[in-house]
Amino acid sequence: MSDVVEKTLTALPGLFESQTGAAKITNRLRQLIKSITELTSKHEEENLIKRELSAIKEQVSSPNTTMKQMREIMVRAMYCEMLGYDASFTYIHAIKLAQQGGVLEKRVGYLAVSLFLNEGHELLLLLVNTVLKDLQSTNLIEVCMALTVVAQVFPKDMIPAVLPLVEDKLSHPKEIIRRKAVLALYKFYLIAPNQVQHIHAKFCKALSDKDPGVMASSLHIYLQLIRESPDSYKDLTGSFVTILKQVLGGKLPVDFNYHSVPAPWLQIQLLRILSLLGKEDQSTSELMYEVLDESLRRAEMNHNITYAILYECVKAVYTIHPKAELLEKAARCIGNFVLSPKINLKYLGLKALTYVVQHDAKLALQHQMTIIECLDHSDFTIKRETLELLFRITNAQNVTVIVEKMLDFLRSCNDEHTIIHLIGKVAELAEKFAPDNSWFIQTMNDVFSIGGDLLQQDVPNNFLRLLAEGSESKEEDDQLRLYAVESYLTVLKGHTSHLPQCFLQVMSWVLGEYAHLQESVDRREVIRLLTQLLDQRSVSSETRVWILSALTKIPEGQTDLILDLAESLSSSQDTVLRQQAQELRHLSQDSQLREWVLPRGAPWDGIEVDSSLSFLDGFVSEALAAGAAPYKPPHQRQEELCEDRALNLEPYSFSLPVSLSSCSITDRQSPTLLSVSSGLSGNSAELSQKAGSSTLILEGVKRVWGKDGYLPQKEATAPPVDEPSAAVQPASQQEAAERIEPRPEPSTQNQDKQQLASSLFVGLGVGSSVSLLGKSEAPPPRFRKKPRPHESSSSSGTSKRSSDSSSHSSRNTTDSFLYGSFPEEEPATSISTFDHTPKSTTANGLSQNKDTKEDRHANTSQILGGDMVIVRPSTIQDKHPPSVSSDLTALLPADLKDLPHSDVISLTSDPSLSLSSCRLFRDEALLLVIFISNCTETVIKDVAVQLTCEELKTASLRGNVMDCLEARSTSVCHYALLMDDPHTNVSLTGTVSYQTQPGHTNTLPFSGTLSTADFIRPLVVTTEEYGKLWLSLSHDVKQNLKLLTDAGDPLRTTLNALKDALQLHVVDIIGSEGIVACRLLSGAPCLLHCRVNGAALAMWLRSPHPALPDFILYHCQRALAHH
Amino acid sequence: MIKAILIFNNHGKPRMSKFYEHYTEDTEQQIIRETFHLVSKRDENVCNFLEGGLLIGGSENKLIYRHYATLYFVFCVDSSESELGILDLIQVFVETLDKCFENVCELDLIFHLDKVHNILAEMVMGGMVLETNMSEIITQVEAQGKMEKSERLQDVFVEFSHQDLLDFYNQMEMIQTQLTR
Repeated sequence: MSDVVEKTLTALPGLFESQTGAAKITNRLRQLIKSITELTSKHEEENLIKRELSAIKEQVSSPNTTMKQMREIMVRAMYCEMLGYDASFTYIHAIKLAQQGGVLEKRVGYLAVSLFLNEGHELLLLLVNTVLKDLQSTNLIEVCMALTVVAQVFPKDMIPAVLPLVEDKLSHPKEIIRRKAVLALYKFYLIAPNQVQHIHAKFCKALSDKDPGVMASSLHIYLQLIRESPDSYKDLTGSFVTILKQVLGGKLPVDFNYHSVPAPWLQIQLLRILSLLGKEDQSTSELMYEVLDESLRRAEMNHNITYAILYECVKAVYTIHPKAELLEKAARCIGNFVLSPKINLKYLGLKALTYVVQHDAKLALQHQMTIIECLDHSDFTIKRETLELLFRITNAQNVTVIVEKMLDFLRSCNDEHTIIHLIGKVAELAEKFAPDNSWFIQTMNDVFSIGGDLLQQDVPNNFLRLLAEGSESKEEDDQLRLYAVESYLTVLKGHTSHLPQCFLQVMSWVLGEYAHLQESVDRREVIRLLTQLLDQRSVSSETRVWILSALTKIPEGQTDLILDLAESLSSSQDTVLRQQAQELRHLSQDSQLREWVLPRGAPWDGIEVDSSLSFLDGFVSEALAAGAAPYKPPHQRQEELCEDRALNLEPYSFSLPVSLSSCSITDRQSPTLLSVSSGLSGNSAELSQKAGSSTLILEGVKRVWGKDGYLPQKEATAPPVDEPSAAVQPASQQEAAERIEPRPEPSTQNQDKQQLASSLFVGLGVGSSVSLLGKSEAPPPRFRKKPRPHESSSSSGTSKRSSDSSSHSSRNTTDSFLYGSFPEEEPATSISTFDHTPKSTTANGLSQNKDTKEDRHANTSQILGGDMVIVRPSTIQDKHPPSVSSDLTALLPADLKDLPHSDVISLTSDPSLSLSSCRLFRDEALLLVIFISNCTETVIKDVAVQLTCEELKTASLRGNVMDCLEARSTSVCHYALLMDDPHTNVSLTGTVSYQTQPGHTNTLPFSGTLSTADFIRPLVVTTEEYGKLWLSLSHDVKQNLKLLTDAGDPLRTTLNALKDALQLHVVDIIGSEGIVACRLLSGAPCLLHCRVNGAALAMWLRSPHPALPDFILYHCQRALAHH
Repeated sequence: MIKAILIFNNHGKPRMSKFYEHYTEDTEQQIIRETFHLVSKRDENVCNFLEGGLLIGGSENKLIYRHYATLYFVFCVDSSESELGILDLIQVFVETLDKCFENVCELDLIFHLDKVHNILAEMVMGGMVLETNMSEIITQVEAQGKMEKSERLQDVFVEFSHQDLLDFYNQMEMIQTQLTR
């Protein structure tokens, strides 16, 4: 076919010969394309494009080039860029074309801009005015173009400039403009949610627009909003159901039909929205049963697109609160998918099954033969999806077969991404369901040799940690270790050059640590095998370090061998190796020192790392005394740098990016790297050992996240560990086999597959109920790790969560420093925090005419402003009317009584318990006090409160576990909440478990929302300090706010209103300008500079934190709007 | 959300590429190469979905593609898009191109890169599906085309008219059919 194209192209010139004059330019493109098509090698292409680019360069800089020629040139430049050549010199001309040309030129100019420039490109600044002009143009096409380019490339800091104009377009008479404006706003929402907070009402108008197209595009926004907080939009369920009904009923214009299906894409969007709304909410789900049923019924199988709708529908049915009748229909639909001869539908069927087996493992059983066929399918994607499905139904009985299948697949697979993804799952399954030691070690060997160096670091780390920490029984642990040692010795005796580095590292660590368990093997043999590795060239220097440290640990007796080795390595090029060799030599000569440094069989938990490096203090002070420059933290360095800076490009300058991520890197480092860095200090041998082990522990904390990453489709709310095991019934192998035997049509050629089926689907019992109630007791994971404070205890199941474990898990998210700064009883801190209550801020001389009454007003408005359930007061407050029981505050502990606090609001209640909460504003944290009242006449036992919040650091300070709660009494527990990264609103969820009768545990869930405003504290600085700080901050945001004009001095009134609502500190007011400072708890400061600008307040915020100004601005807007 | 839309021919030569997320120039080229590599080695009778390569965002993303004669149309999307929905969107896109160019072929895409982009801009805006209704897309594109035509009429002597182009295409098609015989 391509030679046809070429021949056609050679015939082209003949057709064009008649053209003359300006057509020459037009022909340049054709010539370019023609010559590109004729090229035979990459090299020729490069030369040609280079020539072309220099020709373009010449033309664009020539003053004689007309706009029209420029258009042509742009298309040529676009072509060169598409082929991957840099044509950046044309960017400025693209912008010029958009600025100066007529409509046609503009179109090419804008197109080039959106192709060439990305969101961060500095040239975009030049485009702002053009876009503003075009947004106001009367030519519809120009407005459309401007909206498109705005949605495509505009960065966060340029949005405020165009936002008002785009907003206006929402009420434009032409629907295409409205539709584009809605999408542009959606894009803004994705980039900078806070800047469009105020126009949510307009989104609502777009949803009820008379044009279905505009309505459809507003669904994009709602889908996103509802995904973020479904609770706030429950009231819209009815509207969405009605829209879907109308669409199904064919009420839309025929234009919207696609292959005679009414607006299929719209239906898909709506179904997604409904499933999000109905999730775990019975009453909302009930509203949509009818329309879902209708939708399932209407979608007759005739075209691809109806299947697309069906698929969404099935997913929705399984996501919302279950209804038996619908589930049955949906299950039948899945059958249609899975059994379809069309491969695309089969794929979706598998995907649906993967989703559904979490709720109903039975369905997989129904389709087992199809699944097995798919396992041998020639299509890579299908195979992979099948394995994903099998992963979900794995249990202790079928794990060997499934893992074998996965490993088979991985051996024949050469796609890196798939390997990384699946190998992690194999490791997870192996760890969770391993039937015996030998299988486990063997499987992990396969994992390491297949996954090799693609493996994510936490797989080997978890494995080593498991070996090291062991379970409760020491005997079993030693057996496992022994088996590992044996197996590795066998591996090392074989051919080792092809083994991946990561496997070698694991092996050398295990051998170093546990070789002594194997008494029958000579130490010399182990040492010989390890030294052999050192001689191989393919072994990386990092692995060499692992091997050497293993050799260091293999105990005494073989000094001669070791000394030889140390000798040979002490002249190595690699300094780290040399260092290790030195240590090796020293330790092997001094057995006492070794015993002290590397105690064998020492417990793992006790090792602690001095992360403050205080042992270096002496060294540092010596160095300082010797005249070394003191260490400056990065922000201080930046500050100084900033002061040197002469030019300040104010509006959009981002010249000082603060690298926030840099500190997290250390956590990811491998043990060796850490030991290397600490190896530079004096007492290195000891430290490197310590550091090595503690990195494992650090990795352990991260581990939960790692697992989340493996299962992207999983619901966020389901506890990660429960899920696969809970989907599985505790049926014994026999029962399951019985169930499989009576299957019909056991044709002879299917015998093998039948057999495979019975081994794969074993353990997926009959009676598994539709919804997961957590009743079923999964077979316990074989390698259950010791419970430790660092590990999430969610595996213990909700029903029997002991008070002990809940206190652990509430602690696990919090750094120990949190406890350090909040001792249980510490009146001293409570006094110091009192300094920043509203009272003290009024004392800074700004509020001259304030008396006690005013003061009280300030206090109450502050409490109201930061109401506990603040998201959408209209919808949520109704649900939890604040039952103000002021007497509850009397129960506050003495040391907290003086803190400023909010009203007490009721959280939840049931016949036996009622919960209310109150927030106390401390300087360095928000304290959340939960009052638990016993409403019955009997004693309630084992009350345990568990509070979780993903965005915040939480720490239980006191009283979250009680042995008993007397009748009609109230107990208080409180939590400290820290916010590191600002979020507009943070939702808290929690449960209280208690026993009314022994052995019968009730749980009572509760939830609430906090706003950033709760975490903002005044920052008391002087004007000079403010000035210095201002210069050092890099992230800024500007916006005009409403000015309160009802009193004499508008600026003062507005600032006071803000201060009352948000606990800001007004530093100074000079003329028409005011400066205000606050901070996020005791963390990042945020400085506000306010200036009266006509009828508005021009607010300019700066902070070292990139997102904080947006959030504070948002709350300021709210505060002023509510005033 | 749609992350990228790529069109390349059977030899992996890009015919159109549009990225809705920012990648560096080199990464973009690498993505095109990797995608071509992934897509081209798949048989005709396998499914049209591929779970993402490493470059374009990992397991969250999928490639959804269709193969027409000499061209591959590939959409890279994240998990929030419906697979079959996008598959039909590609169909709509191709049908629209077909309507706008009257029997679209690879050459049309080469010569009218800007027009293809403009058509696409009416369907997908900033990574979101804007319009799936073919007649509506064509109306919008034609509204812009009209201006072009009116300009063309002015300099009819120096550029070809629409009719000329049509003739050219007809002639080319004739050559093609002769060659394939």
